Amino acid sequence: MALDNNINTDFKFIGTRPDRPDGQDKVTGRALFGADSYAPGMLHGAIIRSPHAHARILSIDTSKAEALEGVKAIVTRADFADGLSGEFGFVLENVMAGEKALYDGHAVAAVAASSALIARDAAKLVKVNYEILPHVTDVDAAMAEDAPILNDTYADSSVPSGLHPNVVRFHESGHGDVETGFSNADLVIENSFKTEATHQGYIEPHACLATLGSDGKGELWCTTQGHWIAQKTCAALVGIDTSQLRVTASEIGGGFGGKTTVFVEPVALALSRKASRPVKIVMNRSEVFRATGPTSSTSMDVKIGMMKDGTITAAQGVFRLQGGAFPGSPMEFSAMCAFAPYNLENVKQVGYDVIANRPKQAAYRAPGAPMASFAVESVIDELCNKLELDPIEVRLKNASREGTKASYGPRFQRIGLVETLEAAKAHPHYTAPLEPGQGRGVSCGFWFNHGGETSVSLALSEDGTCQISVGTPDIGGSRASMALMAAEVLGIPYENFRVTVADTATLGYNDVSHGSRVTYASGLATIKAAQDAVAKLSKRAAAKWGIPEDAVYWEDGCAKPSGANAGNFDPIPLAEITKKMGSTGGPISGHFEATPEGAGVSFGTHIVDAEVDPETGKTAVVRYTVIQDAGKAIHPTYVEGQFQGGAAQGIGWALNEEYIYGDDGRLQNSIFLDYRVPVASDLPMIDTVIVEVPNPGHPYGVRGVGETGIVPPLAAIANAVSAAAGVRLRHLPMSPPRILRALKAELSDG
Amino acid sequence: MKKIHVTTTVNGDTVEYLCDTRETMLDVLRDRLNLTGAKEGCGTGDCGACSVTVDDRLVCSCLMLGVEAEGKKITTIEGMADGETLHPLQKKFIEYAALQCGICTPGILVAAKSLLEKNPDPTESEVRFWLAGNLCRCTGYDKIIRAVMDTAADMRNAS
Repeated sequence: MALDNNINTDFKFIGTRPDRPDGQDKVTGRALFGADSYAPGMLHGAIIRSPHAHARILSIDTSKAEALEGVKAIVTRADFADGLSGEFGFVLENVMAGEKALYDGHAVAAVAASSALIARDAAKLVKVNYEILPHVTDVDAAMAEDAPILNDTYADSSVPSGLHPNVVRFHESGHGDVETGFSNADLVIENSFKTEATHQGYIEPHACLATLGSDGKGELWCTTQGHWIAQKTCAALVGIDTSQLRVTASEIGGGFGGKTTVFVEPVALALSRKASRPVKIVMNRSEVFRATGPTSSTSMDVKIGMMKDGTITAAQGVFRLQGGAFPGSPMEFSAMCAFAPYNLENVKQVGYDVIANRPKQAAYRAPGAPMASFAVESVIDELCNKLELDPIEVRLKNASREGTKASYGPRFQRIGLVETLEAAKAHPHYTAPLEPGQGRGVSCGFWFNHGGETSVSLALSEDGTCQISVGTPDIGGSRASMALMAAEVLGIPYENFRVTVADTATLGYNDVSHGSRVTYASGLATIKAAQDAVAKLSKRAAAKWGIPEDAVYWEDGCAKPSGANAGNFDPIPLAEITKKMGSTGGPISGHFEATPEGAGVSFGTHIVDAEVDPETGKTAVVRYTVIQDAGKAIHPTYVEGQFQGGAAQGIGWALNEEYIYGDDGRLQNSIFLDYRVPVASDLPMIDTVIVEVPNPGHPYGVRGVGETGIVPPLAAIANAVSAAAGVRLRHLPMSPPRILRALKAELSDG
Repeated sequence: MKKIHVTTTVNGDTVEYLCDTRETMLDVLRDRLNLTGAKEGCGTGDCGACSVTVDDRLVCSCLMLGVEAEGKKITTIEGMADGETLHPLQKKFIEYAALQCGICTPGILVAAKSLLEKNPDPTESEVRFWLAGNLCRCTGYDKIIRAVMDTAADMRNAS
């Protein structure tokens, strides 16, 4: 995609804050989410899951379940496609175990029955014989010499020899010579860090309604961040042609990366084919925790050298990520994002992808980056404290700028890190006095952002209104952003647009709503599709006036002759052209298909004040400010919402949320009571500052904003808590027991 | 299994249904009465997405059995607007973008309405603690709290 150097900055619609088009549906309960669809003759599915962390499946006896009245079909692995390899193979193994159950909650069979209660009863009657095998759930333990082997065929050629077979991928990158860099430093600090696995915690459990016939034609309704990836994956897993499965995305009740793959969807399709009836499957919360995408847990070592004036001379990090029972933890993203905010002469980063007896990790908002940032920004904070330097000044001194060779390789184009740091320094929060017992932390964060395959179609109606079809599920107000961008191009009111998330049969392929790509990529495609429609509208006007097409230009929703030489004609409004489009050449539509590659990286800086109660170890976040570069905020209210949501999830990760496994390898906290996400009374208002340094890769300068906001909070809060508690916390979450232990250890050391 | 006959009032309408003794009120609302506005986020009373009022008391409908509705007066999100006119909270939630994905929104609106009926002038802390039983994973609550506080102020000024 060519870069547009003439970014428009004079906007009529962009940057305004209209009501979202789907607002009324969502405040009245009318919006249909994954579990809200029903079909005539529909059956309900239930999944039988392994209670063991690691076990060989010796036999599955379904006879008692089949005998129960109302049971219509039972499926096991034998009812799915054979011979899949690569990611499809891993996904199939994850949604329905083959020879072994690899984690507590791993699906081993499924049943469809005439009611949800009967399906649940039938699931209890399926008898699975297991041979229990030794298990491992901790990342460091999984790499140890004596660790149980999950699968000795998963390791790829990147893994150096001599490592345990549970290490399945390896990454190394950087530039310069770190040893020389460390020898030039006035102070070198090296420390080890751990973070526990967290869950995306979307409030809507996975749900779908599937119909599949013996003719290989199917329909699937599901809650997903990307229905084309669901289409392609499900078709492969049940062994039908991709185009024969039409997938419709429901409204989506949160995803944060966790709904970029499939879980119950292929199972419902297989059950439907066997029963010749539509099948609905809705997970309960415990299934969501036990069997869908948590993040990786991590173990990390970071070493940074600094001069007395704050210049970083070298930085090195080792990032070990446990990603569940299959390859794919985002360890290279950890490695690549870790030092990206800084202009470093000498930098080296190493990543290990480690498998363990836990559910297959799934993407979670800037996958891999928050953990690495926690370790790196904590060490920078320790260096600042020891050298008595201001943490924002040190970050400004070392900040990546346009032209900096990034720690992960390429040179940065126009970026806005320095602008976020300057805004942080100038923000009243940064100099506000702290109360006794409080500490302040800051951190920077980075995320790549993504483009991805994108198709948008836009059709004009006779009355001059417009329908936009996009392929990216609206996960947080994107319909509004699309309508604003199209309004800007066509020059007709925002209210004249209807934006629909089209199904897989209606539009070309679309990548998932992930990578902070929707406002960037679907937005870019909407702008281009609208421009395509404008060209066609202008052509009709040119024909009417009998002048060349290039003598017509489009302004304020009207075709106009481009100057005196073009002729003296009254402008023709859009609705005049569309009114007669049937007789002047037929329907007018705009289309755009591409894989835009100018996503534009994004940086943010967070400031947080925390107060620690030394008696209970409980932390209160008392003030929080998010400053992030949005490139250009299309709908600023929803940009603020992304900043606030990212910060809140980061606060949960830093302070409370964690997967807790018992010695038996079973997940001990699989409900929201025990896996505690932040509630309203845990949080303060979250202040936001939108910095706008335009992205040269988007016509209006948009950078994705969804993910970067979760990168800085872990370290910012750890730095604040460490300052407040007087002891450095290097293991997340900083739950009350962990803080109390750290305080106690400090006392006995002290 | 033999089902139980229940007569109750939902959003002002008298309704009758047969339900299994194990079915929750939420199951009944969604699967028998086609009222899918209340959502199941947890099934354990921790997330509040299934919030309804029963005889004007705020409850998680996932923690109540369908058979317990006999003779009661139930109000769901579908009963919140007055015909074509949205409740002031519903309007303010749209205006303030107090929702992103929208799955928690019905429960939060039902809970917030219940708060304002009891306390028309809540402090920020009172709003935060009242809504502590309603999880939202998208917004960080900031815009939700502001929407509730400002709706309360509007309603006080209007009355």
